[in-house]
Amino acid sequence: MKIEVRGLTKQFGSVQAVSDVSFTVKEGELLGLLGPSGSGKTTVLRLIAGLETPSGGDIYIDGKRVNDLSVQDRNIGFVFQHYALFKHLTVFENIAFGLKIKKWKPAEIEPRVAELLSLMSLDALEQRYPHQLSGGQRQRVAIARSLAPRPSVLLLDEPFGAVDAKVRQELREWLIRLHDRLNVTSLFVTHDQEEAMEVSGRIIVFSKGKLEQIGSPAEVYEEPATEFVARFIGAMNILEGQVLNGIVKIGSLKFPAPNISDHVHVKVGFRPYYVKVAEDPHRYRQPATLRHIYFLGVAYRLEIETEEGLILRSRMNKEEFRQYRLEVGQPVSFAVTHFRFLPQEGISFPSSASSQLFDAGPLTP
Amino acid sequence: MTTHTLLQLALRSAAVGYVSLLILFPLAAIAHQSFIGGIDHFIEDISTPQASSALVLTLEAAFLTTIINAIFGTLSAIVLVRYEFPGRWFLNALVDLPFAIPTLVTGLMIAAIYGPTTILGMWLQEGNISLLYAKPGIVLAMLFVTMPFTIRSLQPVLMELEREQEEAAFSLGASPWTTFWKVTVPSVLPGLLTGVFLTFVRALGEFGSIVIVAGNIPMKTQVASVYVYGEIESYNPQGATSVSVFILLISFLVLVLLERLTRPPGERMPRWFRWSKRPLPMIHPSEIG
Repeated sequence: MKIEVRGLTKQFGSVQAVSDVSFTVKEGELLGLLGPSGSGKTTVLRLIAGLETPSGGDIYIDGKRVNDLSVQDRNIGFVFQHYALFKHLTVFENIAFGLKIKKWKPAEIEPRVAELLSLMSLDALEQRYPHQLSGGQRQRVAIARSLAPRPSVLLLDEPFGAVDAKVRQELREWLIRLHDRLNVTSLFVTHDQEEAMEVSGRIIVFSKGKLEQIGSPAEVYEEPATEFVARFIGAMNILEGQVLNGIVKIGSLKFPAPNISDHVHVKVGFRPYYVKVAEDPHRYRQPATLRHIYFLGVAYRLEIETEEGLILRSRMNKEEFRQYRLEVGQPVSFAVTHFRFLPQEGISFPSSASSQLFDAGPLTP
Repeated sequence: MTTHTLLQLALRSAAVGYVSLLILFPLAAIAHQSFIGGIDHFIEDISTPQASSALVLTLEAAFLTTIINAIFGTLSAIVLVRYEFPGRWFLNALVDLPFAIPTLVTGLMIAAIYGPTTILGMWLQEGNISLLYAKPGIVLAMLFVTMPFTIRSLQPVLMELEREQEEAAFSLGASPWTTFWKVTVPSVLPGLLTGVFLTFVRALGEFGSIVIVAGNIPMKTQVASVYVYGEIESYNPQGATSVSVFILLISFLVLVLLERLTRPPGERMPRWFRWSKRPLPMIHPSEIG
């Protein structure tokens, strides 16, 4: 069942929580709503569920306008960040709750709950009460409870926000497997970009109640539609400058901008792994000083300072790092191999202006 | 023995000693006194017409009080927790007043408003409703002194109740009415039970306000506590202690039941009493995070 939202708006008093948001969740898709806290993503989810009433716009589930349907009649499954399990009921009774409400016969309830218990690996826990479960188990019960009455869509509000990092990773993998198996149209809210990237087929990035971008994880990462997306998804170096004779000169760095007229202010963005750093001060064209080394587990992040005082972040893999004997404070050389001009309001750049090879090669053969 | 365990032992003894000195020893003393003549005497004492009438009247009135305060106390607590309205803070402050006022004064207040010379009292008289020196007066006095219990024990659990649990029920198709009975009430049940049971035992023991509002008419408005007072005045400590101990026994049973019922679900009934034959799953402490 697909979900469609058109011109959705929600006003809380004088606060515009959601403004003019439109998007479609395709049938069977797992879509992530990503944004910082307070960006309105949870409100969008609650509006779709019917837990809040929109100030404007329309919501369609499976082609049917549901604005006037109560939450009870929308046939949705909702998973809350803090589980919201019924504390006075056992795991079995929690999962069976929706089935009893929908007047399933006891003979049908029993096998359905058993099916979900085994699907969520909760088999041995059916007689326990929520306070006798771990955080990860509780959230699995909550997911099972929401799925039991066969909802047409599944809505998850920061479902892994309340558990520790290791369990969060497990639950993510759970959700992916579960979705692969049941294929129920799912929309989940998160403020964790890594989680959104890993779990969802497509991502919607939110900021201040507005939809910033919708696309696959690779698209939002490689081709951010707005400066906000560029800053929010992954790390990015962002420099500001002015175009002069088809070139943006920022300190000693030069970025060709052949299709942009002179005197336009632009923002240049490049990911840390496009900043190549070498121990040899003459290997690349640009000189700098190494200021910090951060160990990230899978790689290292270096912070370098150019002669003009610009601070840039670089990413270096472990093998490369091991070859050099880098020490904080030592002179290094660097080059920026890829960059893009960040979209700004009122200015549109030809796509050819982005992602060009620049200054990549070594200075001397 | 380390200092730490010594300290623990000292603390534990202090707590046990304190509770014993204040509650257990006096209880034992009065129980001893009432059973001094044997169980037959005890039964004889509480089954004289006057004593049994007082006991029945007390239980009746306390029961009625408990039901009324459970309903209106619950509604008041919900209103005080969930709704914003001007003067809420004032109403909230008023709730504790019955704890602070001497119960004799409570009796005077009720007499002052429902007495035969007041407008309300005259109006009641015209309708041939007797409040003072009658059963309704007793209930009224009990209602007043026990009012804070239900409200005060429900307020914190209502505040703690997550709105999300109710929303989860809605999303599963439950109507607000069903949600109230199947989710809200069970979640606040420990608080509600505490309030209700405390109301009952407190009402059983009320003396000061009742003696003023309902007087001391044997077989008619004489409640147990007033009967006990009368027996002491007429030099019959034996009869007084027997009735007292009977009331104490009831209170004690009610409080033991309360302690059981307010435990976490699954631990409320003693093991031998659980319906399910399935053994409780063993839980390793590391599993609960």
